[in-house]
Formats: sequence, C-alpha cells, structure tokens
Amino acid sequence: MDLFEYQARDLLASHGVPVLPGGVAETPDQAEAIAREIGSRVVVKAQVKTGGRGKAGGVKLADDADEARARAQDILGLDIKGHITHRVMVAQASDIAEEYYFSYLLDRANRTFLAMASVEGGMEIEQLAVERPEALARIPVDATVGVDTAKAAEIVDAAGFAPEVRDQVIAIAVQLWDVFAKEDATLVEVNPLAKAPDGTVLALDAKVTLDENAAFRHESHAALEDSASADPLEARAKEKDLNYVKLEGEVGIIGNGAGLVMSTLDVVAYAGEEFGGVKPANFLDIGGGASAEVMANGLEIILSDPAVKSVFVNVFGGITACDAVANGIVSALDILGDEATKPLVVRLDGNNVEEGRRILAEANHPLVTVVDTMDGAARRAAELAA
Amino acid sequence: MSIFLNENSKVIVQGMTGSEGRKHTQRMLTSGTAIVGGVNPKKAGSSVDFEGAGVPVFGSVSEAMQETGADVSVIFVPPAGARGAVIEAVDAQIGLAVVITEGIPVHDSTYFWAHAQGGATRIIGPNCPGLISPGRSNAGIIPANITQQGRIGLVSKSGTLTYQMMYELRDIGFSTAIGIGGDPVIGTTHIDALQAFQEDPETEAIVMIGEIGGDAEERAADFIKANVTKPVVGYVAGFTAPEGKTMGHAGAIVSGSAGTAQAKKEALEAAGVRVGKTPSETARLMRELVGA
Repeated sequence: MDLFEYQARDLLASHGVPVLPGGVAETPDQAEAIAREIGSRVVVKAQVKTGGRGKAGGVKLADDADEARARAQDILGLDIKGHITHRVMVAQASDIAEEYYFSYLLDRANRTFLAMASVEGGMEIEQLAVERPEALARIPVDATVGVDTAKAAEIVDAAGFAPEVRDQVIAIAVQLWDVFAKEDATLVEVNPLAKAPDGTVLALDAKVTLDENAAFRHESHAALEDSASADPLEARAKEKDLNYVKLEGEVGIIGNGAGLVMSTLDVVAYAGEEFGGVKPANFLDIGGGASAEVMANGLEIILSDPAVKSVFVNVFGGITACDAVANGIVSALDILGDEATKPLVVRLDGNNVEEGRRILAEANHPLVTVVDTMDGAARRAAELAA
Repeated sequence: MSIFLNENSKVIVQGMTGSEGRKHTQRMLTSGTAIVGGVNPKKAGSSVDFEGAGVPVFGSVSEAMQETGADVSVIFVPPAGARGAVIEAVDAQIGLAVVITEGIPVHDSTYFWAHAQGGATRIIGPNCPGLISPGRSNAGIIPANITQQGRIGLVSKSGTLTYQMMYELRDIGFSTAIGIGGDPVIGTTHIDALQAFQEDPETEAIVMIGEIGGDAEERAADFIKANVTKPVVGYVAGFTAPEGKTMGHAGAIVSGSAGTAQAKKEALEAAGVRVGKTPSETARLMRELVGA
C-alpha cells in the first residue's frame, strides 16, 4: 500500500524524523485555517499518489492564509495524470540551502534491504542512478542486523555528506530505519532531505509503501487505506475478501490461482484481437477452495460490472475437484437467479473433470457454455463479448 | 533421479495439527510420502491419526530429526508464527524447508532468508505449492494424481499453472515439479532449480514458468545461456497486467517499466528459450522438443 505524502510525513514524524509543521485539508477553508495556524509562508501540495505534481500545477507557494485558501481552491479537484486531487497538504515553506536524497527499500534481486543516499537530491532518483551512478551510495542492509548508529554512519559517509550535517543525517538515518522496520515498510524514501539556511536537516517530502501482508500486526495501518478513491467494484470485492483488480475490457474473468488467472487474462486478450480488440474486464482469483459461496460472490461482482459482456470461468481442479467447482457454478447461478444475465463460458480441467462437465451438462443452464480447452474457451468468451 | 526430493526423503510437517496442515498431511501420506512426524511444542508426545496410521508429534524440529532421521520439513504455520518456524528448521539444520504459508510479511521472509545463509537448509517458498517427484515423494500441496514419473523438469512461480502444465504433459511425466512461490523474496529461485535439473541425469528437458514482477526471469535467462545445455521451454504470465497493481501474488507487480512480461519473454528468447504464447502452446513446444 502506497501512502499519501501527508500520511508518510505523519508516520515519519511519529518515529522522530524532523519534518516541517503542516496539516492536510479537504477544503479551501481548512487550508486557510492550517496556514493561519502556521503563521508564515506556506506551500500547498496536491495529495496524489503519482509523480510530476509540480509540473502539473499541483504545488504552489502562498504568502499568507488568504492566498493559501486561493491556491487550495486551484489545486483541489485538479486531475494529475488521471489522479483527482481530493486533499492538499499545507506545510510551512522552507528556504532550502541544499537538497539530499535518502531511502531504504526492499532489494528483491538480492533478497536483502538496501539503503540509498546521495548529496545530490531533488531530481528523480531513477535519473540520478542512470546519469551519475557514482553520486548514489548503495549500501545493503542485513535484515537480521538492521541499522544502528555505526551502520548509519557507513551509509552517510559512503554518500559523502559534509561534516556540518553528518551527525544530523546519521540520526535521521537511524530514525528512518525505525520507520522501515517497525512499520513493515518496503519503501521509505525522503526526497528531498533538505538543509535549511540555518543548517537544520529536515524531511521535506516522503514516499512510504507498507507491506499489506503485515497488516495483522499493525492495527493502525487500516486507517491509512484510501477507500474513497478506490474503484467501487474493487472496494466491494475487498469487503468479500476477493482478490479482484478492475481492468478496462469486456470479458469478466474468474479463475483459481494467481498465475492461472494472469495467464487467462493474456489468453483472452490474444483471442480478443480477432474480435476487434476485446479485452479482459478484471482479474479475479477465487483461490484453491472455490466453494459455491465464493463462486457466487465472485460472479455477483463481475456481473454487476456494466462493462462486462461475457464471463470466462477458468478453473483447474487441483486441490478442489472439478465436480465441486461445477456444483459451485450451478448453485451460484441459483443464488443469483435473475441477476445473472450475461453468458458464461466455463472451462474445467484436472481432478474429476468428467464428473464436473457432466454436472454442468445436466444443469443445462441457458447462460452456460462449456468449452474443453483454455484457448478455445477464451476465444468463445471473446466472441460473445464482441 | 529427481531433484531436492526423492523416495528416501523423510518428511516432517510443522503445523500438522492445524486444519490446513492436517488436510494436506493426509494427502501427502495418500500419495506415498514418508511422513515421519509433526511438530507442535504444545502437543509433543501425542500422535495424530491419519486413516489408521498414527503420526507422532514432536516438541521441536531438532527432536523430530533425532528421533526419525527426517531431512525435509513442510511448513503450514500461519503468517504470524512462520518466521519462527523457518528459523527453527534452519537452526536444526534440516536439509530442506518447504514453506507453504501464504501472506508472510516480506520483512520476515527477508529475515529468515538472511538467517539461513551459510547454513545447511534449502528453503523453498514461501507462498508456494511445494514440490513433487512423482511416484517418489510429495512435499506440499501439489495434487499427486495429475501426472506420473517421467523426464521433464518443471519450475514455476505459480501453483495452478504448475498443475496445468503437469496435466498438459501428463503422458510424458516429470522428474520433479517445483513451485517456487510468488512472493517478492523466495528461498529457491528459478536459477537454483535450473541448475539442479541440468545436473539431474533423469531430466531431459525443462519447462520454466514465470510471471510479472522483479527480474528473476531475466537473470534465469542469463543463467540458461551460460550454463544450461538441456532444452528449455518457457511461459510468462501477465502481459495484460496494468502497471502498479498487485496481481494476486504479492510479488506480481509491474513497477514503472520494470518487471514486465514482455521484457522477460524477450530475455528468455534471447537465451534460446522457446516461449509459448499460452500454456497449451508451451506444452506443444515441449512435445516437439522431446519428440512425444
């Protein structure tokens, strides 16, 4: 889960990382009140989970509270790369003497954590890594050891921080590790980490990604979820514990196992090329169990998507036998009754497939077509959606 | 021969007394796996009945190993206790720890992987279906009745695509099929399995199944080019996955332009691997290669 900047800032502050005073506003009135409280020049920043806010007009300076209100008015509602701005952060504006970069992240390739730091902050880090790799220190962090003051000093010195900020940055590096480890983050990135004219080092902007697998040990993380701007179908699927991702196409997809469902999307997209570019409408993995209830919940979500014109149910009976899956489909259609209005193409293979196909043939539901192969079924589903 | 698991493997189950552990222990026993014990400190000394056969429960992995000579542990312990369970298996120096558990925080898997470095334990998973050497032994949740012993080696990030491919090629059969798991940090990689299949005299050809996220497939392609002389066919899932969305598996995400299926396919093809457009086409390519 990616956090908004204001959420990341609050999380950093709760672990002692120095940040500037500020708050989050959903209305111009609220923005004005926060600016008045701060009582000096402020910056008003769009809260969207994408880069390039500045260029899109989503970051503006304001000299006083009235101007902060006007700038918030401009920015709220702004569409930045498809992300609508629902909130702005109003923070004290800081003059910047120098900009640095600091992050911790999961290094998948090396199966370890990685600290990255540079005294050349402010620019996109991907760009810095390509153009001036020597300016970016990359120090692996052993998950069993973590970052103490000595390790932090190693990172800070590798990046070449100047003596007058070294101790401050070391302290911040330890605090940021605290955020990374204790909050189960997979990314904590401060860009820029800035030196103010008075020599104080502060985190001016931060990105944090939290590991959703760790939610069971972080009750507070649930409140950070942005349910307001989630796709409504995705939100409903989540309530029913379904692993669902909304896509742009017309063929609804249900399958078991993440890999098989991803593969199903691809096979439908290939087949759809023949029918004017028909595409999959969603990802939905109902997992190994595939009980009638889960099947009904899944079908209900997919059939309520107005973009869906046909549905492809693609199940490989591994742990669950195909007869159980077939019974699940039949009772799901019973449960849905008149709500089920779109054609279903079903492909079953694996454990007890003959019995599964027999059950579907016997039920003889007018909406259901059984096709024996995955490629053939994808083609039929695409054809029905064309 | 087979890789990592054979007819002499003695298997214990951590989390055998839980519902998933119990269900799959029964399935492993039915498929002929030598299950020699379970581990649960609270139920040490008892035994669990599986259709008339009593399987003893030990207080720790090391005790179970001493008493039974176990060399494989299959772990079903829920996420909150999984890190501790893997560390216990590693500290007991068991040869193979197969971590089935889904939903382990990545800080925990990164921790136990680091902890296992330099030790005696190969970790497979987490969030994986385990591995099967058909006709010999089955450690995990892969259905045993899909296919038979044979000459193809299979390594895959995905469980159901493993089953699908085993089914498509069931008449040729498999030396070993391994699901390495879809998490961002896993113990055994495509490369580890490719190397073992290359060295296994019984394996004639290899199917490698990948998916979006990370660069494991690209690195496997480099490895194949330099080290694998046996024929390899590949399949990659997730061409239609949008950027920035996790597709079921915690590790299956395209970030910016990194981790795309297209890049993985191109890397594999550049290494001489024939990549199927669909699972069925991939199976057909394998048939052409082995002449069956």
